[in-house]
Amino acid sequence: MALIEFSNRGLYCPPGDFYIDPWKPVNKAVITHAHSDHARPGSAYYLCHHLTKPLLQARLGDNNYESSGWHEPISINGVKLSLHPAGHIIGSSQVRVEYNNEVWVVSGDYKTENDGISGAFEPVKCHVFITESTFGLPIYTWKKQEAIYSDIRQWIMYNKAQKKTSVLIAYSLGKAQRVLNAIAPLNETVYLHGAIYNMHQALLSAGLQLPAVERITPDTPKEKLRSAIVIAPPSADGTPWMKRFNPYSVGVCSGWMQVRGNVRRRNVDAGFVLSDHADWNGLLSAVKATGAEKVYVTHGFQSAFSRYLNEQGLWSAEVKTEYGGEEETDETIIKEEA
Amino acid sequence: MQENDDILPITALPQTGFKAFAMLVTTLGTSTKTNDKLDALGKYFNTAPAKDRVWVIALFSGRRPKRMVSSTLLVQWCVALIQQPVWMFEECYHTVGDLAETIALLLPETDTLEGSGKSLAWYLEQVSRLEKADEADRKLFVVNNWLEMNREERFVFNKLLTGGFRIGVSQKMMVNALAKSVELEPSVIAHRISGNWNPATTSFEELLSEHAATTDYSKPYPFYLAYQLEDDVSTLGEPHEWQAEWKWDGIRGQLIKRNDQLFVWSRGEELMTEKFPEYEVLRDLLPNGVALDGEIIPAVGGQPLPFALLQTRIGRKNITKKQLQEAPICFFCYDLLEYNHEDWRNNPLTERRAQLEELVTKAGHTALQLSPLIFYSTWDDLIEIRRQSRDYYAEGLMLKRKSSAYQVGRKVGDWWKWKVDPFTIDAVMIYAQKGHGRRSNLYTDYTFAVKDGDKLVSFTKAYSGLTDKEFAQVDAFVKRNSLEKFGPVRTVKPELVFEIAFEGIAASNRHKSGVALRFPRISRWRKDKKPDEINTLEDLQKMLLLYGQKTVG
Ligand SMILES: [Zn+2]
Ligand SMILES: [Zn+2]
Repeated sequence: MALIEFSNRGLYCPPGDFYIDPWKPVNKAVITHAHSDHARPGSAYYLCHHLTKPLLQARLGDNNYESSGWHEPISINGVKLSLHPAGHIIGSSQVRVEYNNEVWVVSGDYKTENDGISGAFEPVKCHVFITESTFGLPIYTWKKQEAIYSDIRQWIMYNKAQKKTSVLIAYSLGKAQRVLNAIAPLNETVYLHGAIYNMHQALLSAGLQLPAVERITPDTPKEKLRSAIVIAPPSADGTPWMKRFNPYSVGVCSGWMQVRGNVRRRNVDAGFVLSDHADWNGLLSAVKATGAEKVYVTHGFQSAFSRYLNEQGLWSAEVKTEYGGEEETDETIIKEEA
Repeated sequence: MQENDDILPITALPQTGFKAFAMLVTTLGTSTKTNDKLDALGKYFNTAPAKDRVWVIALFSGRRPKRMVSSTLLVQWCVALIQQPVWMFEECYHTVGDLAETIALLLPETDTLEGSGKSLAWYLEQVSRLEKADEADRKLFVVNNWLEMNREERFVFNKLLTGGFRIGVSQKMMVNALAKSVELEPSVIAHRISGNWNPATTSFEELLSEHAATTDYSKPYPFYLAYQLEDDVSTLGEPHEWQAEWKWDGIRGQLIKRNDQLFVWSRGEELMTEKFPEYEVLRDLLPNGVALDGEIIPAVGGQPLPFALLQTRIGRKNITKKQLQEAPICFFCYDLLEYNHEDWRNNPLTERRAQLEELVTKAGHTALQLSPLIFYSTWDDLIEIRRQSRDYYAEGLMLKRKSSAYQVGRKVGDWWKWKVDPFTIDAVMIYAQKGHGRRSNLYTDYTFAVKDGDKLVSFTKAYSGLTDKEFAQVDAFVKRNSLEKFGPVRTVKPELVFEIAFEGIAASNRHKSGVALRFPRISRWRKDKKPDEINTLEDLQKMLLLYGQKTVG
């Protein structure tokens, strides 16, 4: 019997009788991270990382939560389970499961570059690795974070010179905080859309250190927003809410901006290729570092990535899950690059 | 990449040579505002070396270098370099939707983000030099240059190599930016850069100097283009102030005779003299120093024939006797731009027309026809006449103010096209495929079917016509309702009904339905209709009988 099965409720561990990131309500759910395609409501019990817990509370309300630090072994029905940093967003974890000397690791979402907020991705040795593949094609190779941050700052300064407001579009959990870090060296007040502000508060109460910000309300005087820096979620882009910033320039921060067609289709002024997922080389190096003999691929370009691994001599199969992936148009992926 | 000192956007950092050009193309391709594009072009014209400026004018006015290498070869060289399987390349291409960009993204990142340092002119001169080189030489050139370029440069380089160079800039916009940069009127620029010139041998000064225009005898005038009349025709004022003609369904052209030579230009500023031997005889019949505006169109006994016949002629090197007999090409003139070596464009239309009629009558040859005037006294008369357009193989009417000058480019006010409504048919979507470029990743290319008894018969593909939001909805439907997958094509549940508009119909034995449509596009999503309410194959056959043309392969 496989240690983890792919059931219609999600990844299921039969001997431990628990699910990892289930997409339907279950008795016991282990949650890799707080993005909405991984953490869904309705389960009777949730286990997650300490830093994820307040986010789940904010997102799913009061529930039966238990949290753990990284590397702390937990036993569930004789199955040994531990969480390990995934580097994707705050609190994001890989799940290591061990039973009868067999080790499986579920990656959840991850990125291999250390963003200074989410904890550095840690390769975990295992027999079977279940990996995401959001950007599992060789066209997706990222520039170094600092180079992208510098591009963002230059763009802001240029807009300022043109007396335009810079509106940066970033997903509220994860990306928005990285963007805040990117622009911190400019020493300017950053204005946040309500949704991002709420997330900001939740993260502060979870104990995270973040730069000072100001919330945009209907009362915020327009003069204050002139030539200012604004961070807004994808859902705000193109809505009347943006009118208050006129004249402004829009820059979208997302891995999907790698392809020109997406930048043009979104009708934005700038696309910054800033992703919370591993790029092609990141995925390959992560897979290799686990030393796994079998790799299941989910969440993205699973068929291409698993075919590639097979041709490289590594046993691999694609698994259909309800995370991100094929069924999304990039429109919705940008909304929730999760 | 520099990080600190002066903080400017990448596009504002001083750039030179090919890198500057690549930046320009990137800015033009991504900016959403006309003013930003004009700024970028203006900045380029003010800073780029003169030789590169000449090439930019050439490229943006449709004077592309010939394709030096096939896409197939480029892909081969790329996959060999990156050591990826071909299927992986295809997978990537499918996601990106653009070959040049796919290659640019797949090539290994260079250490030198500085770029190559060579000029645009250098690359383009090499490209034309290598036209005659053997494959090994061309490969060496391409691969070596790839390896010293940054990503933007590679993208633009690939575009130049494959000859598929199109960016979000019209010739008009380039002309406006250039006009501002050199402080001349746009109409003057438009005229000076028109005609037959070779960017490799023409200097910037020569190109824009007044003298150049007089020595190039082929030089056409920029075309005056009309907008579609959307308002009620009565808003134009008094009917007698206007002149009405048929709007022909051919190729807009300019016929010039100067220095005992004859030149025929298409609206796309392509010299087409050789394609139409029928016009040769006019060289002896027309006086020197004339330029005529008109329509290139097949006609017998002064009666136009369907456009499909003209299509069989374009792109063919050798024209058969049979073609010359069955569908001889005529020139239907409607305006006179130059007469007796003088520019007549500022004379009123009535004067130009009178002189034109005299000229055509004097020439007295069937290859040169006058586009007839339509006589009417009230707007209501004209509305009635317009309804008959299709019976004359016309697309509708042209309305021109009798007092108007011949202007440059697309202008509102004095000339209007007044096309008849397109044909429409309700059809159901049966296949979907992912789009390209702007719409890569979304299912946006659809195949449609009509009913034939209880079967469905596919009859056309159609691309444009939906809003981004509608595309996203259809895309979601496709993903949920796929029945089968053949490569990139998905068979979908026949459920969504669309109205397909098109401009013409012809018999075809290449299509299962037996018909081929001209300019098919989605005109709207008929959410109010069920699949069993769509049109039938019989409906299409009736249209074919009434308006169709029978000899298209
Ligand atoms: Zn996810
Ligand atoms: Zn996620």
